Amino acid sequence: MKFTLPAFFGRMAFSALAALIGAAFALPLLWFLFAPFNGRAELGLTIPDPFTLNNFVTVFGNSFAVQALWNSLIQAVGGVILVGSAATLAAYALSRSSIPGKGAVTYILLLFSSVVSGSAAMVPIFLIISAAGLMDTHLAVILTFAGGLLPTAMFILRDFIDSIPKSYEESAMVAGASPVQAFFDVALPVIRPGIVVIVVWSFVNIWGSFLIPFILLRSDSNMPAAVAIYSFYSEAGTPVVTLLAAYSLIYSLPVIALYLFVSWKFGFRFFGGIKA
Amino acid sequence: MASVEFKNVIKSFGDFKAVSDVSFSIGDGEFVCLLGPSGCGKTTSLRMMAGLETPTSGQIYIGGEEVTHLHPKDRNIAMVFQDYALYPHMNLADNIAYPLKVRSEPLARRHARAKEVADVLKIGHLMDRLPSQISGGQQQRTSLARALVYPAKVYLFDEPLSNLDAKLRLEARGFLNHLQRDMGMTAVYVTHDQAEAMALATRIAVMDQGRIVQFASPIEIYRRPATTFVANFVGNPPMNLVPVTGTKGDGKLQLKADGLTIAALLMTDAIGTALAASSSLTLGVRPEHLGIATPGAANTITAPLFANENMGPESLVTIDRGDTARVTARIFTDDHLDLGDTVTLAFSAEHVHLFDHHGNRIPGTND
Ligand SMILES: Nc1ncnc2c1ncn2[C@@H]1O[C@H](COP(=O)(O)OP(=O)(O)OP(=O)(O)O)[C@@H](O)[C@H]1O
Ligand SMILES: [Mg+2]
Repeated sequence: MKFTLPAFFGRMAFSALAALIGAAFALPLLWFLFAPFNGRAELGLTIPDPFTLNNFVTVFGNSFAVQALWNSLIQAVGGVILVGSAATLAAYALSRSSIPGKGAVTYILLLFSSVVSGSAAMVPIFLIISAAGLMDTHLAVILTFAGGLLPTAMFILRDFIDSIPKSYEESAMVAGASPVQAFFDVALPVIRPGIVVIVVWSFVNIWGSFLIPFILLRSDSNMPAAVAIYSFYSEAGTPVVTLLAAYSLIYSLPVIALYLFVSWKFGFRFFGGIKA
Repeated sequence: MASVEFKNVIKSFGDFKAVSDVSFSIGDGEFVCLLGPSGCGKTTSLRMMAGLETPTSGQIYIGGEEVTHLHPKDRNIAMVFQDYALYPHMNLADNIAYPLKVRSEPLARRHARAKEVADVLKIGHLMDRLPSQISGGQQQRTSLARALVYPAKVYLFDEPLSNLDAKLRLEARGFLNHLQRDMGMTAVYVTHDQAEAMALATRIAVMDQGRIVQFASPIEIYRRPATTFVANFVGNPPMNLVPVTGTKGDGKLQLKADGLTIAALLMTDAIGTALAASSSLTLGVRPEHLGIATPGAANTITAPLFANENMGPESLVTIDRGDTARVTARIFTDDHLDLGDTVTLAFSAEHVHLFDHHGNRIPGTND
């Protein structure tokens, strides 16, 4: 292919612009990779000098920060199990049964879900949780997240299950399987890619959220990592950049690990709009 | 093995009646083919036998026992789905053996049995593959194998051979025929292929728009189609239907249509009744009963040649009587015919079918 001169300069300008935009996104990521290993990290991007692992040693020496990572894991895994299993069963029922008005149910739930996990509902959620005596427990965080994430999860999964032919389960039942057997033997394995999407999505959501645990939890021993990051601020409110960077890196590892594990084990299949 | 019976079964989807008031009974060990155009309710009927669809009204019996509302798993039937419905995450061995797994057969035994059936259907060498890794015809045979792997009371087949090449189809057909004779399986078999229906069926049910139009032996359906619909649906190519005007003269039946000369037919009471209702009748003659006329032939149809297709031993000669009213003959001579030539086809009176103005067969003709 031959470029005319204006087209050539047009390409040049476009590539330069794209490179500039790319760099703008890459710089914070580079900082994020370099700063944790830098003994004198600042907010500017520098090559680690001196290169050190001391930041990590200090972080792991901070029992509150370590406990917080553990708390994050409990809350995220708890939430994922609840959201994953409840959404699968609910979406399956909504997709396969012939309940009248089942479409409306999903849409109404979806509408309210944005309210539940949004800040508008913080006061009622606070009141409900404290009335239920669940204040300052992992369960409070898990249930609140489940309430907020379930409708969307159900919606995505129902769409996914709708696109799977009913005849899989039908042929299993004709062959003599009970509906429960047909669900576990045939439907569940076929739905699994959809469930994996839900699992990753809800894990990332819970792992990264700050507001809900901050409001529903009191004691340091229950706080998740997103909240604990604040312990790396000095009394005056300025961040201790070295420790903050190291902790952030550790904090983001589980999410990256989950992505890698899922794409290795199941292969990410978002199916463009979640259709097979 | 068991009998199957439908009593006034209706299945509506909203306002639409997919199956309307169907009653029939299939004897123990019978092999019944359901034949009919796309969308006439064949799959819906099978699904009701399987329990995957509940009739809007009416009753279904299997082996004399009412099963109208019984769950599919409790009916002990086997079914080949039109879309195969193979489990995408299981290899062929597990797919075929699944019904045995549900019946708690030990693993080794069920795999051995699956292999046995698969071998007969020539997919035994593919047992480790996933359904997505085999061809459409192989998928279809897998689905057939899964239905045949366990003893069921009734076997339901929804176009089980539609995707196979001619040779495999013939083999699979022979295998089913053998199974039927060997184990006396009760089967309901949906097909679009008339040759298949003729070869396999003890009886054929011809369906149209949710109704059974005729339920009879293959030979009966071929020789005495109950309606113009059946006449036009069965046969390859189907029966020629010529609208005629009938009048009674000299105690005989005179038929008139453009290009048609036909000797007067013997009058019967049935013809008299049909004539009293309306003088417009339909004359039917099968293509294989038409030939190029020799001089002096009594019963002939004349029109310009429309097409002459040579099929090897035989030719299909089609003449056009105007307004796409075409008549086709299957002839075994290779006379040279040119487009536009006027061709005269002859038939003998014993091969004439008559239908009244509703399209129902007038009994007594050609019996
Ligand atoms: N779930 C459904 N909802 C609404 N209409 C349906 C449903 N299932 C089938 N139908 C309609 O009922 C009629 C009969 O369908 P059926 O599947 O029995 O046809 P068929 O005879 O098997 O056709 P084919 O030879 O094309 O497979 C069709 O007109 C179809 O559109
Ligand atoms: Mg069908």
